[in-house]
Amino acid sequence: MAVHVAVGRATLNAFAYIGGLARLGGRAAYFTFIGPFRGRPLRLERAFHQALLVGVRALPIISLITFFVGVILALQGAYELRRFGALHFVASAVAISMTRELGPLMTAIVVIGRSGSAFAAEIGTMKVTEEIDALETMALNPVQFLVTPKFLAMVVMMPCLTVWADFMGIMGGALFGVSNAEFTFAGYIRATIEALLLRDIVTGLIKSVMFGMVITAVGCHEGFSTGAGAEEVGRSTTAAVVMSIFLVIVVDLVFTALFYFTAGAT
Amino acid sequence: MTDDPQHENGDPIIQVRDLHVRYGEREILHGLNFDVPRNQTLVILGGSGSGKSTLLRTLVGLERPSAGEVWLKGKNLAVISARELDDIRKKMGMSFQGGALFGSMTVGENVALPLREHTQLEDSTIQIVVRLKLEQVGLAGFENYSPSQLSGGMKKRAAVARAMAMDPEILFFDEPSAGLDPIIAAGIDNLIVRLKTAFRMTIVVVTHELASAFLIADRMLLIDKGNIVAHGTPQDLRASTHPRVRQFLDRIAEPEVSEEQDYLQMLTEDRSADSF
Repeated sequence: MAVHVAVGRATLNAFAYIGGLARLGGRAAYFTFIGPFRGRPLRLERAFHQALLVGVRALPIISLITFFVGVILALQGAYELRRFGALHFVASAVAISMTRELGPLMTAIVVIGRSGSAFAAEIGTMKVTEEIDALETMALNPVQFLVTPKFLAMVVMMPCLTVWADFMGIMGGALFGVSNAEFTFAGYIRATIEALLLRDIVTGLIKSVMFGMVITAVGCHEGFSTGAGAEEVGRSTTAAVVMSIFLVIVVDLVFTALFYFTAGAT
Repeated sequence: MTDDPQHENGDPIIQVRDLHVRYGEREILHGLNFDVPRNQTLVILGGSGSGKSTLLRTLVGLERPSAGEVWLKGKNLAVISARELDDIRKKMGMSFQGGALFGSMTVGENVALPLREHTQLEDSTIQIVVRLKLEQVGLAGFENYSPSQLSGGMKKRAAVARAMAMDPEILFFDEPSAGLDPIIAAGIDNLIVRLKTAFRMTIVVVTHELASAFLIADRMLLIDKGNIVAHGTPQDLRASTHPRVRQFLDRIAEPEVSEEQDYLQMLTEDRSADSF
């Protein structure tokens, strides 16, 4: 196939994929925000159950990972900072990096691995066993029944997880700061709070919500477009993880640039 | 062969007119015409690849016709709104081939699901209805089992109980005896016959099991490669002289090629996916 044809086709497929995600996201949003006023009430019980799976159960692994990331950030920052005798800036380096970028991003990566793949596998398996068809024949909308609870759970849990991730990352930095940078624990925390602007935390949280929406959309979209057979479920689960990671980075880029250019002189 | 069903039991509840269905480029159903009279059991017979599953999926609205019409309870499926389709579906039940029970819920929760979602009934009332439906299919006491703990026959029964939860007017069955040993399959057949006699329901069954079909059918439809080759009462079908009907009913295998030349030709010629 000629190069330009391949590129053209790939571009069109990419647009179609994004379109599919947008449609799914749009319908999930409809059932979340508009549906309840049109006689299709929210089933909060299912959303709570999803929130438990997506959020609460992820706490241990996120705590560990972001703690280590905090230590890593401190170490890497200290590398350069000590050349200038500016080791005391390590607290602000860790705080700003975590809240603005690594807290939301690492949380998203962990949630993709845990929940993005689980969404695709669950819905994909249901598609293969005709459970999605069964829902339709029972006059239950599969998007309302399966996607909306996940969507709601993600949108609420992602910022919560991110706040916790930010905290654990700062704790990781504190470990380094107290042991190698002559901070006291209270001193480190004070330096952290002084360095942080509300803007840093809020932009991180906004990004985390967007990441959550992407992860839900991709995971569920891959699930619904699973073909027949066990091999297909594996394929769509893999595709969900890979596409989620990619799109999360893209969304990260877009929003980081957005926040940069709307920042003014700060 | 195609006698007018309009005279029996009032107006037909399902009407199919010149139905064509395609998957992509391939047309699966080539212009089907038939009616399903109220309160009767129609068995749709056919071999693998005949299009019978596609026909069933189209009747319940899971596939769209590429041409022609399907009228369910007086509504044309191709033009009704989603809400109207939902209303029809609430009066319909379908039992899928593998049961299609939701693995994340118990049997009782599966049966309760339509009631929870579509009615305002109290939970205690729903529990009573669930117990009743499970009783009717011979699964009394299995409310708290998970679907993975059930055998094949029990899964099918649970699926029937779920399909019956809202007391539907039409019940659809996709291969109810598939994969079951003869004794269990007979149990399912008896269940369908009991449902037919006890409740005023129209039942549409897709199957390739001849014994089951002749036991439960009031009317039969034989589909071969997307065309109706027989439509009538079981006696009509037994008396048919159509070669495909006789081949299906008498269990005659496709003739094996016995001439050398024909065999060589069969091995070397380019066969399109005609037999599938």
